[in-house]
Amino acid sequence: MSLTLLLVQGLNGLQLGILLFLIAAGLTLVFGVMDFINLAHGVQYMVGAYLAAFLAAQTGSFWAALALALPAALVVGLVLEFLVFRHLYDRDHMAQVLATFGVILILNDGIKALFGSAPLQVPMPEALTGGFPIMDGLLYPHYRLAIIAGGLATAALLWWLVERTKAGMLIRAGATNAPMVAALGIDIRRLFMVVFGFGAMLAGFAGVMAAPILSVEPGMGDNLLILAFVVIVIGGIGSVRGAFIAALLVGTVETLGRSMMPDLMRLFLDPSAARQVGAALASMLIYIAMAAILAFRPAGLFPVRAA
Amino acid sequence: MMNIQFGRRHALGLAGGIALGGLAAPTVARAQAAPIKIGLVALATGPAATLGTHLRDGFQLGMRHLDGKLGGRAAEVLLIDDELRPDAAVTKVRAALERDRVDFVVGVVFSNILAAIMRPVTDNQTFLISTNAGPSPFAGRGCNPFFFATSYVNDQNHAVMGKAAQDAGYGRVMLLAPNYQAGRDAVAGFKSEYKGTVVDEMFTPLTQMDFSAELARIAAARPDAVFTFMPGGLGVAIVRQYRQAGLASIPFLSAFTVDEASLPAQGEAALDFQTGTSWTPTLPNEQNARFVRDFEGAYNYVPASYAAHAYDAAMLLGSAVTKIGGNLADKAALRAAIKAADFRSVRGNFAFGANHFPVQDFWLAKVARRPDGKFQTEHVRKVYDNVTDPFAAQCRMPAA
Repeated sequence: MSLTLLLVQGLNGLQLGILLFLIAAGLTLVFGVMDFINLAHGVQYMVGAYLAAFLAAQTGSFWAALALALPAALVVGLVLEFLVFRHLYDRDHMAQVLATFGVILILNDGIKALFGSAPLQVPMPEALTGGFPIMDGLLYPHYRLAIIAGGLATAALLWWLVERTKAGMLIRAGATNAPMVAALGIDIRRLFMVVFGFGAMLAGFAGVMAAPILSVEPGMGDNLLILAFVVIVIGGIGSVRGAFIAALLVGTVETLGRSMMPDLMRLFLDPSAARQVGAALASMLIYIAMAAILAFRPAGLFPVRAA
Repeated sequence: MMNIQFGRRHALGLAGGIALGGLAAPTVARAQAAPIKIGLVALATGPAATLGTHLRDGFQLGMRHLDGKLGGRAAEVLLIDDELRPDAAVTKVRAALERDRVDFVVGVVFSNILAAIMRPVTDNQTFLISTNAGPSPFAGRGCNPFFFATSYVNDQNHAVMGKAAQDAGYGRVMLLAPNYQAGRDAVAGFKSEYKGTVVDEMFTPLTQMDFSAELARIAAARPDAVFTFMPGGLGVAIVRQYRQAGLASIPFLSAFTVDEASLPAQGEAALDFQTGTSWTPTLPNEQNARFVRDFEGAYNYVPASYAAHAYDAAMLLGSAVTKIGGNLADKAALRAAIKAADFRSVRGNFAFGANHFPVQDFWLAKVARRPDGKFQTEHVRKVYDNVTDPFAAQCRMPAA
């Protein structure tokens, strides 16, 4: 494998990591601050993608779709909070898992009833359709650079929000000890609602950004949800900084593993076995990495809650 | 909780109403004899439900062209959603056999569903007609006197692409498929006819939607062509990303990846991409022109091969029941009448081999934009003429 290819794969890993971060950031806030397991977070990513598809078809512009999809995703999040999640904060994790799983089923089928089950496409914004030659015969789409830029900007914004504002201070305090925050006279329910809506909007944003390069279809968020959970567990539940580092780590390990494992296995095995074993190992790699990290740091890389 | 319960019951009631409405129509023509019942197994759940929709609409159009009758007797179609769950499929098909006493079971998109309902249907001495799934065991050692397929053996389309790549003189080809049984079968099928150099085989997890790492490897290896099998949403993702990465100068060869079910979402990203297939909307015969025209008139989308093969199945049943004068009791006569395949297929050449799979032509096709802006596959050249599948030789058809 040449150095150029390695760099290209590094960039691909970075981009996957950024996408994961956008999903995991909201998840880690909701899980960390509210101690609430929201399996429906991946569905909110799907809702974002469908909103983008619908609004782009209506307005004819990706940018207009993006601008409208974000508040719409926020509203969807708040409505879900009001209808379902609010009633589950005091229940145990099992009840939350069951109820949010139900939300997955309902939203997946609701989306299917509205839009049909066929995959949809979202056209790329005109200004970002091209790509620049990153290696011989391969273009790196401008749009993917825009995803990276958008993700980094979101990370910076989140850092500022969480570390430098009063709301952020409350969020951090809530993640460390929620009952104490409530005892100090803060309306913790309101804080939860804001955090939840914001998390839903971040997931929706990820969905909008991913829509032009991936296929928009029911259930598209379900697989990413698992990766997002891996990210927040590695990063330390409730830590946005941890989620950022872990997302980049998972994205890079996943991409490099996929591209190098078969070649690596070829050193030990015959080519056809190497391909099969390599592909299988590559898909296990991030879970192995997670196990290894948790073995040394059981609370993740950046633990929030005092043990 | 009460709300949810109420909503669900309400939805069920609604669904029941729709189903009844759908069934009521053909019964208007109820004649002296009881209607012939057909259980149509068409997937309606999950991301792959589009394929089931094509299948259902294709078959329903066939029934419409037959005026809702088989051999002069009124026919009812009972829709069965297999949910892509073998256990659910078996339960529902059993109910159709035992409670509704269906005379035929038709349809099935996915091979694992077909495998699950194969025994329950054929053990009941009911004819099972697959309009899509064609796992090779049922064409070979597992062939069955009560089973017919109007589609193909799954592996054939991959082999067609392998042969086409060989004919086109591509010396170095790179293969890409999801890491599951059908993906590995696709690669094996392609290699069975392709004799050039396989630069590399890449297997990706079935859930992976971003192929940037694989596309970088393709660019680095610079093959003469790429062959891939990426059904459904995977196909949408790979086609668009392939185009976006500027790789389209490397010929994109595929099977079950670009077809009329996925083209609405792939759009112009798929232009000129190639596929190996048994049917395209452009095949030049009268029956096909009528099928495509009426299908688009009735359902307002371009049919894929799932629809075409299901349409053929309806026409096949019509011809067979007519031949035996509507008396379904004589199974041997019915079998002979089906085997005769005395109907005009949208594919032109069509006959049944000894294993009850079609002997037919296969085509190299490519994606094109029609004058009305919709996309479809168009046949380029015939790769196989009246070919029997390679598994037919293993079939010793048991006497029923």
